[in-house]
Amino acid sequence: MTATATPALGRTAGPAAGNALAGTGRLVRFALRRDRVRIPVWLAALTLGSVWPAAAFPELYPTEAARRTAMATMNSPAGLAFTGPQRYLSDYHYGSMVSHQLLGFVVVFVGIMSVLLVTRHTRAEEETGRAELVRAAPVGRHAQLAAALILAVAVNAALAILLALGMGALGLEGTTWQGSLLYGAAHAATGVTFAGVAAVTVQLTAHSRGASGMGFAVVGAAYLVRAAGDSADSALSWASPIGWAQQTFPYLDDRWWPLLLNLAAAAVLAAAGFALSLRRDLGAGLRAARRGRPAASRLLATPLGFALRLHRGMLIGFAVGALLLGASYGPFLGDIEEMFRDIQVLQDALAALGGATVIDSFIAMVTTIFTLVATVHVVITALRPRSEETAGRAEPVLATGLSRTRWLASHLAVALAGGPVMLLLSGLALAATGAPTVAETGLFGKAVAAAAVHIPALWVTAGLAVALVGWLPRATVLAWLFVGYVGVTGYLGMLLRLPSWATALSPFSHVPRLPVEDFTWTPLLALTAIAAALIALGLYGFRRRDLETK
Amino acid sequence: MTAAIATSGLVKTFGATRALDGLDLTVNAGEVHGFLGPNGAGKSTTIRILLGILRADAGSVTVLGGDPWADAVALHRRIAYVPGDVELWPNLTGGEAIDLLGSLRGGLNRRRRDELIERFDLDPSKKGRTYSKGNRQKVAIVAALASDAELLLLDEPTAGLDPLMEVVFQEVIREVKAAGRTVLLSSHILAQVEKLADRISIIRQGRIVQSGTLAEMRHLTRTTVEADTATPVTGLDRLPGVHDAEVSGTRVRFAVDGAHLDGAIKHLTAFGIRALTSHPPTLEELMLRHYGDDLAAGNGTAAARR
Repeated sequence: MTATATPALGRTAGPAAGNALAGTGRLVRFALRRDRVRIPVWLAALTLGSVWPAAAFPELYPTEAARRTAMATMNSPAGLAFTGPQRYLSDYHYGSMVSHQLLGFVVVFVGIMSVLLVTRHTRAEEETGRAELVRAAPVGRHAQLAAALILAVAVNAALAILLALGMGALGLEGTTWQGSLLYGAAHAATGVTFAGVAAVTVQLTAHSRGASGMGFAVVGAAYLVRAAGDSADSALSWASPIGWAQQTFPYLDDRWWPLLLNLAAAAVLAAAGFALSLRRDLGAGLRAARRGRPAASRLLATPLGFALRLHRGMLIGFAVGALLLGASYGPFLGDIEEMFRDIQVLQDALAALGGATVIDSFIAMVTTIFTLVATVHVVITALRPRSEETAGRAEPVLATGLSRTRWLASHLAVALAGGPVMLLLSGLALAATGAPTVAETGLFGKAVAAAAVHIPALWVTAGLAVALVGWLPRATVLAWLFVGYVGVTGYLGMLLRLPSWATALSPFSHVPRLPVEDFTWTPLLALTAIAAALIALGLYGFRRRDLETK
Repeated sequence: MTAAIATSGLVKTFGATRALDGLDLTVNAGEVHGFLGPNGAGKSTTIRILLGILRADAGSVTVLGGDPWADAVALHRRIAYVPGDVELWPNLTGGEAIDLLGSLRGGLNRRRRDELIERFDLDPSKKGRTYSKGNRQKVAIVAALASDAELLLLDEPTAGLDPLMEVVFQEVIREVKAAGRTVLLSSHILAQVEKLADRISIIRQGRIVQSGTLAEMRHLTRTTVEADTATPVTGLDRLPGVHDAEVSGTRVRFAVDGAHLDGAIKHLTAFGIRALTSHPPTLEELMLRHYGDDLAAGNGTAAARR
């Protein structure tokens, strides 16, 4: 085959190292041009997402006593799982609070950004066929991946500077300029590691969606590993790139060397990416595509069956992820009960909340995390019709007897059912893995109820996405901003006392936090009604607008 | 004859671009109608309005007696469509895509599906992302032609097909026509339209600039004449309807309007014709006459030489 003969020719043609990178600089400039809006938005969002909560700390913890209470709250497996290593608590001033509570969380988004950047400029280009055009020019075999990685490093370096400047300018008690530099660098080094991860994942599959999905899974796994490690104060934290970043202890010890691990891992991963890319053809994955059925099954030939088929991979992937997520928190339940028994401040605080148990509050807390994962699935699924449209695949389908409303509704149905399924799976896994560790009965009921009350809020999210597809198809990225907002308010809401105006727009903030709070119907009915209205609006809008065609 | 498609004064703008600018198109039931125009003339936009995928800003449009925007779904059961640029689902096989599109339209003729797959030499068990452009095109063609749709909207359907497959396509379209179905065939492949179309509409910058049978259009256009004469030809310039005359020694070449062909040949005989070739205008020339005027300014000889 010519396809396999070409690389062989390239190899015999001589010293390819220089040639393989030909055009890299030009591609970097081109990528900067393409992302001239995207990159500044990411940088601004990440900088604000870190500096804004940091700025609120003096107000949230104005006194030494308040900080001591915060420290006591954090000093538990659950608190540590959500924040970072216990060592930060040894001197809990504003500086170490910022590093402890924010670093591990913000770095997840830095990882997502890095994965998206690399995927966008490598696999997505191959998938659309644009890479072929570029590679037909005098551009080296490795130039596109090299350019994507250089871009990712540059963007992360810019983020490091912005964060250092932001934190330095804030000048919180306990922070130093040197610490701020390290604080920024820790984010950047971790981001670069995940860019390296993406350099590998984009080689594995022929789909950019699959490549970024695998990248996100690694980011998520890195977070879970450090959460498990930190909660037990074990060496497990050192198995995670996010853990390495946290082990620098900015504003506390200011030690730089763990970041070398991040950079070394990035270098190894990038090298692996380049090596793997030589073992495949342009546009192909590492594994050759398999043959399939020559005719459609009865199910596929129905609109819903068709939608299910397109979402199948995501459904399976998220279901496995949701189960693992739930199962990763369950085993902590026993320890938590134990640990908290001795912490009087917390017992008092819980008593003030109406006699909830530690387990109850833990369930409510982790359910918020489960909800986030389900929200991501809902948005991916509900926005799929839009990507089908822009890919030119909606047009032939909508030129058949299938109405626009039914087509969109089939995808929506998967979103409306899929998100809740993910949420319930996490809840069930939490209960199943937690039940053997605690004396408490009724754990299943509590975990499932805590998850189930969030379903109407997931529906609102789906409704919002569909309304965007119907009315503002070019602005569907707003649905992701919404996820970011829900994530930040939900997550930080567990750690900080955010003012109610800041969280009011999140449908999840109106959900009764079972089993800590009492169940009420009103917000759930209101959310369901809002979801129904948004869905109706979206379906109506999609019926009356032009389909976007290639 | 009833019209399968009738549009009048169709306007469609995309921002500042006026893609359709008062388009009047009539396609009679049972005919193969060639829809010719250069890239960006508005062919695909027109077809998408006929499908109700886009909504016209102004003008009226009737397809099979219905309004394509309001009655989209009902009409789609009677229409089959082949887009110019076929995108398939990467993880669905070609066979699955054919069945999917067919059953969404309301069922497809199983025997005809298998026969067409055979004739087009398509492997239905390969995944969408592994097909070449030509094979993706075949998937859409088989899906459309395996249906019993009354109206086929084909947007440059054979782009990417090899010449053998092009012949198969032409056979199949003739069968479709024999079965009394209507075809709107957009193309810039002139020879293909010439072979298949009963009538032709030429679109340019969002307007139909000419419409009719090939014979009618030929009448409106010029025949190219080349001759070798005993003595050099003179006085051609003064003849009505003669254009682009080039005389070099005893060889002469000129274009003449259909109505003045007789006079020009009579003029030539006076110089003793030794050899004479003439050929009727090809569609390429028809189009060049309509798109050639901007070309003519900068590239007049190229246009004339054709």
